[in-house]
Amino acid sequence: MHDMSAHAAQHGAPTSFIRKHIFSLDHKVIGKQYYALALVAVIVGMVLSWLMRLHLGFANFAIPGLHLLSKNGAPGDIMTPEYYLQLMTMHGTIMVFFVLTTAPFAAFGNFFLPIQTGAEDMPFPHFNMMSFWVTFTGFIILMASFFVSDGPTLGGWTQYAPLSAVGAVAGPGQGTGVVLWAFSIAFFCVGQLFGSLNFITTTLDMRCKGMSLMRLPLSAWAWFITSIMGLTAFAVLMPAAILLILDHVAGTSFFVASNLVINDSLLPHSGGSTLLWQHLFWFFGHPEVYIAIIPGMGIVSHILITNMRRPMLSHRVLIYSMGALAVLSYMVYGHHMFVSGMNPISSLAFSFPTLIITIPSTIIVLIWLGSLYGSKLRINTASLFALGFVSMFISGGVSGFFLAQPSIDIMLHATYFVVGHFHLVMAVAAIFGIFGGTYFWFPKMTGRMMNESLGKLHFWLTFVGTYCIFMPFHYLGIAGNVRRYQAFVDDYLIPLIPVHKFITVAALATGAAQLIFIYNLIHSRFKGAPAPDNPWQGTSLEWSTATPPPHNNFGDKMPVVYHDPYQYSVEGASSDFIMQTSSESVHSADEEK
Amino acid sequence: MSQADLTMHGHPGAGVMSEPAFSVPAKKMAMWLFIIADTATFAGCLVAYGFIRNSTPDWPRPFHSITNVALMTFILLTSSLTMLMGIRSAEKGEKSGAFRWILITALLGAVFAVLHIREWMELLDTGVTIFHNPFGTPLFGAAFFSVTGLHLLHVTGGVIALIAVGIRYMGGRYKADDIEVTGLYWHFVDLVWMFVVPLIYLLNMSH
Ligand code: HEM
Ligand SMILES: [Cu+2]
Repeated sequence: MHDMSAHAAQHGAPTSFIRKHIFSLDHKVIGKQYYALALVAVIVGMVLSWLMRLHLGFANFAIPGLHLLSKNGAPGDIMTPEYYLQLMTMHGTIMVFFVLTTAPFAAFGNFFLPIQTGAEDMPFPHFNMMSFWVTFTGFIILMASFFVSDGPTLGGWTQYAPLSAVGAVAGPGQGTGVVLWAFSIAFFCVGQLFGSLNFITTTLDMRCKGMSLMRLPLSAWAWFITSIMGLTAFAVLMPAAILLILDHVAGTSFFVASNLVINDSLLPHSGGSTLLWQHLFWFFGHPEVYIAIIPGMGIVSHILITNMRRPMLSHRVLIYSMGALAVLSYMVYGHHMFVSGMNPISSLAFSFPTLIITIPSTIIVLIWLGSLYGSKLRINTASLFALGFVSMFISGGVSGFFLAQPSIDIMLHATYFVVGHFHLVMAVAAIFGIFGGTYFWFPKMTGRMMNESLGKLHFWLTFVGTYCIFMPFHYLGIAGNVRRYQAFVDDYLIPLIPVHKFITVAALATGAAQLIFIYNLIHSRFKGAPAPDNPWQGTSLEWSTATPPPHNNFGDKMPVVYHDPYQYSVEGASSDFIMQTSSESVHSADEEK
Repeated sequence: MSQADLTMHGHPGAGVMSEPAFSVPAKKMAMWLFIIADTATFAGCLVAYGFIRNSTPDWPRPFHSITNVALMTFILLTSSLTMLMGIRSAEKGEKSGAFRWILITALLGAVFAVLHIREWMELLDTGVTIFHNPFGTPLFGAAFFSVTGLHLLHVTGGVIALIAVGIRYMGGRYKADDIEVTGLYWHFVDLVWMFVVPLIYLLNMSH
């Protein structure tokens, strides 16, 4: 029960190296650890995507050295069909879990949520430390599956039963690979549950004097809402993963129906339900996509406001809309199962909330656009990436309207159209949020500025590059190109191969452009210009403390908050912004009482 | 691990929370949040059980008598009561009284676990395992053992937690609040059992 003992942040600064940098209780260090984990994960995930794209664009292209990764999977450096699927599964799993969830939520949230709420630390630092290390263990377990005899699982990040539950008979990686996958996910869930617990208690219990809930910046709200979702979504995925493990190691058959014949052998299982896995998975899975995107929405709003020098059209409506997304996201999960043999009435029932969930999304987008309209946006790398986020989210959201209708989805399901949809709306958008957050907060996190020219170059290459990669996917999907194929040999697919070649080249080029970011990150970390406390003239609490913040965030004087988070360009104020901690009194119409 | 920086303080962030949102101390809130998450976990498992039960035409109903499960339920309910007594004594500052009630609660929990394991043993003896059973679909055993196993895990964890919290409370490290937080957990485990009994036992009674 030791970890239950809440001793908040009043522990003094640690002195030993291990306590300071490895098993740290400091939310800021834990945030950076999460960031580092996400960075390693995203590099692995990106390299995997290159391998896949090379194989798709240039069939039978020998990738030098690939046989070193897997002798059986890539004899003569050419990947087997199964190995393609294995790499694809790992790509998806790494990206969704260890990048899109860890970076915007766990990394930035850990570092900035306590600071933006005016807390000295989270209430349960031990849980917080465990949250990272359990997640890290999950990542190691997942990586380990590359090195077991028949490689990682090939079932896709959604790991549909029954092929995920019957063992090695279903193909390479479907035995040990799936078990490792499920263990990794179960660890990940535990880690995120610990994290969510801390995020919620921090927001509700640790706010400094004067910090009412409505005075929290939008980024803090986004992390708060996300953590509430995490609390229930991961709590359902975890038992699902454990049941999957039982199907493998304990001979149960929760997810395998009777009399199943796979690869000519009759399986001993009986009685389970294959749809059950899809229900459990998507009950988590759809909220998960919002867990990945809502922190980005918060971060991007925060960045845009600071650079527009004026608040959003409505602080409250933005918050309520994010909340509505969170609630609705639990009611729409069935839209992933329109063609899974679910009762058509259920399809109809899931289609309505799916169309309704576009309303809060649309409101959020309209608030962004309406607030941007006519504003004198300061153009810097962070604000460019924030604009990029908005652009990607709109482009990807539009295709959601089509997919939401079962009659259209029957055509588009499991084609590259869906791949285009979720990469734009979730993957790329969230990544842009992470980039924006990095350029914006790097000074606070490290005490040094990043290079702006390199940053802008990075932005333009990435922005153009990602559209070149993901827009053509929609065309491919409408043309009938099924996803998760490792080669295109049918008559109707052969004419599409030039499009695939183009996408592969674009993917390699955009990937290469990320080296600029890595270089900028490392170089600035050690050689960047020293950062002032408030480089962007922001108002929220992270800007009123030192750069980088001291161990207990605010030194010996705890902050007191007098204002709404975004007091920019207030009439009659002494400068164009009023910090939340400034006691200057203003008479502004929209200041919350 | 150096303990120097872990010195304990009465309340989390004392002095920081001049305006606590819902005046719920962080530990209690964390327990409520845990209960929400755990409810989702149990709900997931029970829904899964219902799902496979519904999709299996010849679902077995092997239970004949409710004596054992009624006894277990009675014991668990009683333990919730003794837990309440413990919390009440702790609030009044009657340390040894509270400690005694906590130990009784833990003891009742342990008896529950023993009865439960005895029941498991009997089932195992008649050939019911997690992947096989004599009455039909093997999923009966799988569902039974995983749902009741998850619950038993909670009871066992609760017994250990009760003893640990009780001892630290006697030692002065924990306060009455901590007893109350542990009590929340214990009542929750009790409540979950109230769903397990009808769904896993009563629905599977042969007439
Ligand atoms: C505008 C609102 C949205 C609507 C109406 C919508 C609708 C849909 C539908 C119907 C599908 C299933 C397509 C199929 O598999 O046949 C789908 C897939 C998907 N959506 Fe959305 N979506 C929306 C926004 C989002 C957002 C905001 C995200 C993430 C942040 C997202 C992430 C995904 C993912 C990851 C998949 C594919 C999962 C897979 O099969 O691997 N969607 N969407
Ligand atoms: Cu969805």
